[in-house]
Amino acid sequence: METLKKHIITALVENQSGVLARVVGLISGRGFNIETLNVAPTQDPTVSRLTMKVPGDDRVLEQVAKQLNKLIDVIKVTDITQQHYLNRELILVEIVAPPQKRTQVIELTKLVPEASVISVQAKSLTIQIIGEQDKINEFLTLLKPFKILDISRSGVIAVARGE
Amino acid sequence: MRTGAQCIMDGIQEAGVKTVFGLPGGAVLDIFASLYHAPFEFILARHEQGATHMADGYARATGKTGCCIATSGPGATNTVTGLATAYMDGIPLVCVTGQVHSHMIGNDAFQEADTTGITRAVTKHNYLVKNVDDLPRIMAEAFHIASTGKPGPVLIDVPKDVQQASTKARAPEQIVMRGYNPTIEGHPKQIEKLAKAINKARKPLFYAGGGVIAGNAAEELTALARKAKIPVTTTLMGLGSFPETDPLALRMLGMHGSVAANKAVSTCDLLVSIGARFDDRVTGKISEFAPHATIAHIDIDPSAISKSVGTHIPVVGHVKTILKSLFEQVEQVDRSDWIAMVSKWQKENPFSYDKNEKQLLPQYVIEQIYEVSKGEAIIVTDVGQHQMWSTHFFKYTKPRTFLSSGGLGTMGYGLPAAIGAQLGLRDKTVVNIAGDGSIQMNFQELVVAVEHKLPINIVILNNGHLGMVRQWQEMFYKKEYSASRLGQADRGKNENISRKGPDSYLPDFVKLAEAHGAMGIRVTKKEEVTKALHKAFDTNGPVVIDCIVKPDENVLPMVPPGASLTEMVQSMA
Repeated sequence: METLKKHIITALVENQSGVLARVVGLISGRGFNIETLNVAPTQDPTVSRLTMKVPGDDRVLEQVAKQLNKLIDVIKVTDITQQHYLNRELILVEIVAPPQKRTQVIELTKLVPEASVISVQAKSLTIQIIGEQDKINEFLTLLKPFKILDISRSGVIAVARGE
Repeated sequence: MRTGAQCIMDGIQEAGVKTVFGLPGGAVLDIFASLYHAPFEFILARHEQGATHMADGYARATGKTGCCIATSGPGATNTVTGLATAYMDGIPLVCVTGQVHSHMIGNDAFQEADTTGITRAVTKHNYLVKNVDDLPRIMAEAFHIASTGKPGPVLIDVPKDVQQASTKARAPEQIVMRGYNPTIEGHPKQIEKLAKAINKARKPLFYAGGGVIAGNAAEELTALARKAKIPVTTTLMGLGSFPETDPLALRMLGMHGSVAANKAVSTCDLLVSIGARFDDRVTGKISEFAPHATIAHIDIDPSAISKSVGTHIPVVGHVKTILKSLFEQVEQVDRSDWIAMVSKWQKENPFSYDKNEKQLLPQYVIEQIYEVSKGEAIIVTDVGQHQMWSTHFFKYTKPRTFLSSGGLGTMGYGLPAAIGAQLGLRDKTVVNIAGDGSIQMNFQELVVAVEHKLPINIVILNNGHLGMVRQWQEMFYKKEYSASRLGQADRGKNENISRKGPDSYLPDFVKLAEAHGAMGIRVTKKEEVTKALHKAFDTNGPVVIDCIVKPDENVLPMVPPGASLTEMVQSMA
């Protein structure tokens, strides 16, 4: 399978029921997989920002963006990957770390400014990582020697960079 | 104070709708209680699919928004095909459905269905009304959305308690939706660019679609084509947007289009798509579509641009104003070589059939409809072979005179749509050209035509088959006729079926018509056709003419699926 370019599409939508279903339905109806999805209200509580990471070729994604724009409840759609943009993702990961291994993990997180230990349990540690997706993926490879018990990713959020 | 049900009536009335179609049921009894006092006509369909097609036919024929009402659950699910039909063809429709009580939603209540969920993909927009105070605004928004931009169906799902609740709310003076601002004016720079391209082109071609009709721009298109002397081909949905009797008319293009139209597309150096969407039935093999042409595309829908065929000159906006601006800017250029070339193709390759054939041919019947009606009828078709022959052997000269399910290809569309069209235009001659397969899908609606004494003429081209399926099986599936025969077994053979008695007709459409209270006439010979048509046209009520036609006649020419427009099959020999 050829690797498809990842697009980050952001949409400002009406903050009301059914809107997410419309957006997701339009994308899934065309057989696309939404890799990550994040929705939350903006500074205007009646408007939500929706950020999706969708793999697909440029032409097809341009068409999807146009069709999303046609939805009545969608105010504005941007394929943010076509612009200068900032992106972040938050990850919480719980790894096996009995007392004798704890220092090793803590040392590791000290080397990576994006990461920090946020909870210590008897046999495990919970680490938070906030950063660009590339940074996060790098850190996750560093964690490979440890056993990951659980992982929760917020999905990417992004904004276009101001002038 | 107005109840929710009354607000729905107010909304319909304020939209100027004169005729509403539908069927009552438990979840809409309050709406029907208000309807009892409403100042508009209500037409009781016998199936909710019929009601949606009636509203659709009414909308296509009149240009107004069609309106229908159905109950919850099965009533709502029955509207899905009608909504999808209208959605694919961009027809303005507002459908109001009842829903179970708000507090029951999601509890698998009796006749409950997730109507907004089910119809999301087949409507331009839909609403689930949770608060009666929102209803006046939603009614106004629904009619606005349905009829502006690229038109389409809008569904409003109203729970029973919301219909019963009272409100002081009124529809807003002005409709403001920040997510919905359809582009109206074409960009002047783009129009100028297109005008220059037209003036420069040696072999330009106009390719007009349903958008010209939806945008009421047939007059502007005709004026522009005649001024610039540019030949025009139309899509199925665009029939009537340019008079087919004009020497510049190349008639329909695509899979069953004319040889001249398809040759012109394959030869032209500028193809101007006007309110058309490069459907796969039009383009054939995309990579070989209009290979020598600069592609220009005028459309009100930005998402239609470059959807399947890359566009060099896009112009987004209302087709009527854009064509008017173009008219000012195009010059009269001498392109007599190009006109001579296309005229030669036209003369050499008219739509034709075997005039010596002894059996009754469907093409002949349609030709006679054209003759007897003097080309003045509104033709409403179903879907299949008869639909294609209706594009070949009847010449459309005015918009809104050919009503057909183009995009979705909905069999069973014709009869209810003809009823809607006739109710919208009482003084016009309406002819439903149907196949024996299609007509069986919504035959029950015939009683509506009887009840209202609608003089609809239903001409069944009865070949005892699902004819288009049979044709594809003959041409592409090794002549293995799997499940495509409809009549009695002895009608499947290529023989003169007219010699057989009525017993071999399954069903007997004449008896069926009579059982519904309509007149039924059977025609088996050429010489009976005009007489039957005259009789039908002179009858004040619906008439079913069952034409027993040759069972294995094929629609030609044909571009095989996936082939280029240059690879037309012109005969079966």
